[in-house]
Amino acid sequence: MTYIVKPINRHPNLETNDLGLTRRDYEGSTISSLCAGCGHDSISAAILEACFQLNISAHQVAKLSGIGCSSKAPAYFLNQSHGFNSVHGRMPSVATGANLANPELMYLGVSGDGDTASIGIGQFIHAARRQLNIVYVVENNGTYGLTKGQFSATNDLVSKSKYGEENLFPAIDLAAMAILAGASFVARSFSGDKNQLVPLLKAAMKHKGFSILDVISPCVAFNNHKTSTKSYDHIREHNESVSRIDFVPLGQEIKANYGEGEQIDVSLHDGSTLTLEKLSENYDPRDKSSAISHIISADQDGKVLTGLLYINPEAKDLEETLNLTKTPLTGLTKKDLCPGEDKLNKINDSLR
Amino acid sequence: MDTRYLFKRYNTWWVKVAVPRTLRNQLGYDLRQSLKTHNLEEAQDLRWEVIDSLKHKIEETKNSSLEDHNLQEVKVAVETYLPVTDTSNAQYYHKVVDCQYACPAHTNVPEYIRQISQGNYTDAYMINWESNVFPGILGRTCDRPCEPACRRTRTHEKPVAICRLKRVAYDYKGDISEFLPQVPKSKTGKKIALIGGGPASLTVARDLLVIGHECVLFEKDHKAGGLMRTNIPSFRLPIEVLDEEVDLILNMGIETRFDTEIKSMKSLLDEKFDAIFVGTGAPRGKEINIEGREEASKNIHIGIDWLTSIAFEHTDAIGKKVIVLGGGNTAMDCCRSSLRLGAEDVKVVVRSPFDQMKASEWELEEAMDENIPIFDNHVPKKFILRKGKLTGMEFEKVEAVFDKNGKRSLIPTGEDPVIFECDDVLVAIGQENAFEWIERDIGIEFGEWDMPVVDKVTFQSTHPKIFFGGDAAWGPENIIWAAAHAHQAAISINKLFNGEDIYDRPEPESNLVSQKMGVHEWSYDNDISQAKRFIVPHADQSISLKDIKVEVELGFDEKQAFEEAQRCLNCDVQTVFVEDLCIECDACEDICPTDCINFIDISTEEEIRKNLRVPALNLDQDLLVSEKLEQTQRVMIKDEDVCLHCGLCAERCPTGAWDMQTYLYEEAKIY
Repeated sequence: MTYIVKPINRHPNLETNDLGLTRRDYEGSTISSLCAGCGHDSISAAILEACFQLNISAHQVAKLSGIGCSSKAPAYFLNQSHGFNSVHGRMPSVATGANLANPELMYLGVSGDGDTASIGIGQFIHAARRQLNIVYVVENNGTYGLTKGQFSATNDLVSKSKYGEENLFPAIDLAAMAILAGASFVARSFSGDKNQLVPLLKAAMKHKGFSILDVISPCVAFNNHKTSTKSYDHIREHNESVSRIDFVPLGQEIKANYGEGEQIDVSLHDGSTLTLEKLSENYDPRDKSSAISHIISADQDGKVLTGLLYINPEAKDLEETLNLTKTPLTGLTKKDLCPGEDKLNKINDSLR
Repeated sequence: MDTRYLFKRYNTWWVKVAVPRTLRNQLGYDLRQSLKTHNLEEAQDLRWEVIDSLKHKIEETKNSSLEDHNLQEVKVAVETYLPVTDTSNAQYYHKVVDCQYACPAHTNVPEYIRQISQGNYTDAYMINWESNVFPGILGRTCDRPCEPACRRTRTHEKPVAICRLKRVAYDYKGDISEFLPQVPKSKTGKKIALIGGGPASLTVARDLLVIGHECVLFEKDHKAGGLMRTNIPSFRLPIEVLDEEVDLILNMGIETRFDTEIKSMKSLLDEKFDAIFVGTGAPRGKEINIEGREEASKNIHIGIDWLTSIAFEHTDAIGKKVIVLGGGNTAMDCCRSSLRLGAEDVKVVVRSPFDQMKASEWELEEAMDENIPIFDNHVPKKFILRKGKLTGMEFEKVEAVFDKNGKRSLIPTGEDPVIFECDDVLVAIGQENAFEWIERDIGIEFGEWDMPVVDKVTFQSTHPKIFFGGDAAWGPENIIWAAAHAHQAAISINKLFNGEDIYDRPEPESNLVSQKMGVHEWSYDNDISQAKRFIVPHADQSISLKDIKVEVELGFDEKQAFEEAQRCLNCDVQTVFVEDLCIECDACEDICPTDCINFIDISTEEEIRKNLRVPALNLDQDLLVSEKLEQTQRVMIKDEDVCLHCGLCAERCPTGAWDMQTYLYEEAKIY
């Protein structure tokens, strides 16, 4: 929390993207009121960076969130985007509605471990199952920071509270659960590692279908102590990345060239490419069962598996499955909506 | 005190283990690790385990490098990596305070500006007086090397009006008598002769009087002040201001011998002074030797001599048409003075192109504001006389051409010669030193340009008792340089008197004090003003052009002064980073409005400058480099170039690894 107004001045040589915008043009309207050092702010910075690098216009983005520290975060980036701060855990429903009404926007859901793994878990599962076309970022700190540090459903069994209290229940693994539920892009990352997080976000933004990023985001106030498994030092020490990821937009040359068997190229539907340098042997993010078994075994070893865990670039998203119009509802005229008696008869005939 | 393997960084004890020469390519010169304690005894206990682990690491590397040939692929030797910044070197943070660093006297600019914004004009004045001795005078006449250096020229556009704020400190100050240093009644018995009553000699006198040495000032005119009195017209510097600041020093108890021109250094040496300081300036205007010079000499005046005669009221008129030759500040003073003495048609004619004229930008502007035309690229060819009287001048038009080495030559364009009519000509084409009065056989060596050989640090000539300073040392400069030289010369002279080694210079004083007052409170104003530079109001020309004694600039009023002071970025409030406390959340990197802060892998300076969030292209500005951070082994690099000193890094830091600390830097002085 700070009361200093961020000066409008920027570095005179600040880089601009294809739209002529600088990073700072993607900032929020106000400075973050989260605690100093909160991982969520780093994630905001990574989202902002990804949008900057992808030349995204703010008006083509809708930010959606629920309730919690994480869900405040959308106020701190993309000042000029659309946004909806929904009821606790109900962000996926609002996102579904918005998505159906206007499939042209990029939907960016920002949620937390409470919002997603507790109150909103049903909504989350079904959004994944239906392949809602959204980038769903879970800012996962394993604690209810807003209500002073109770355990959340993603807090590891061995992770004691700041006050020494034992955690009695095992953690929900959102990544594994999302894969099982049918999500087509599943990644895990860490707020303190932007070199990994930014390319993952860019890939997620270009992926069609349900993209979930489970981002470990230390809570400096309540979950960054020695016995916590979601602290900065613990994650850094136990982070095991499955691959180094490079997002190559359409029309750009793929420069990465790792040894045979060490590189996987994944084409996304818009023609851009993900090149993955494998860091973990026998890991193929296109293989569901391999992904799940790796997640489980890493967890048993006390490791946090990060990187792009699973991707199915050919998945059909919700809109495609339902065979809906690509035109936003506001763009449909009366003629489109009431095509006349002939059409109606045809439909009725086809059902006879 | 057993500090084996230990060293202190900020307040924390660290362990340092040397790396064998053969492993330096991989590990660097030494391995370091923080013990995270301020307590020495604790550190002494804790160190052994850490030393063991570091030594183990060295052993491991030694073994593995024997096996692993891949290590030879390491392209960049660790030795060439950008070293950790040594912030205990007083000059590091000093350099961040651009204005203070650029000031020859190292006046604490941000501090006095802060005092002005709080209405403490007397304090602001005294901060100035301590270091530059003539705040009221300099606030009107300084060449202000601080302003082009000002950080605002990089973050915004125009610098803070530092010079005119100095004037504000003078204009609104209260009684300063109680803050002045006391001159001791008992004397040391050492006596120094000061030759020339200008800013250099006066500053030496002030410094030496305070520690009880006796000073005798020789001045060829009947009043002290030197060029400040004779060469700066009173419409820029009112006599009352000059008298007040000069008298302040004279009243400290200098023995003055006015109207006494020293004609022989040898005979002065015979008077048995313990030391002699030469502060005679550069008193001779350069001559122009072209056709008609002698015949028209009645109407041709050397600029600085002519200004002197106005100052002493020997001259109060000039012809209707005046040509001023030269493009420096003296030329500007001459043309503006001419207007005030009744000239109706004044021209400035200069050999060089306009953009290479030596006059300060603001002096040029003032002259042009008074509608004085400036003709550049005109080389004077001859004076034209009719019936033995000067009627005009002939000029040749040229253009500046630069050769490969950047050397300029003025090539005639071949156009017809230009003739300007005139009644009087003022020659302001430069100044020279004049040392005919110093005999060449008394132990003072003379070098190039017939200038005495003077040591750049001690200001001592090759004669151990004779010192030079101000323009007399290395040719024409500005008042502020004279004051800076004089402080150093005074230190040397005092050391000479005490029988100390004069090359053993005292260290500057420096200190860092945290500005954190509470969770979100800082004891400095970190709101960045977006106001444009305020323009100093001027007297109405219908009044100022009629009377040479009417000051043109009126100075800021208190409200304007406050607003202008708010433009200061507080560069002396330093961003201090303590790597021990950093948890690498990167919050500072994310929040910094000007992208100064980076967490990256260590490399060579060239690589790092290229790879920062915004490449650090301004090589004049340093990078603050931390030790390797514990979790990721990255380093924190801060590019000082466009830091706004807003304090957001410290505000967003959860652990206080960043702090805003006011840096006090005081140039060494003798009292």
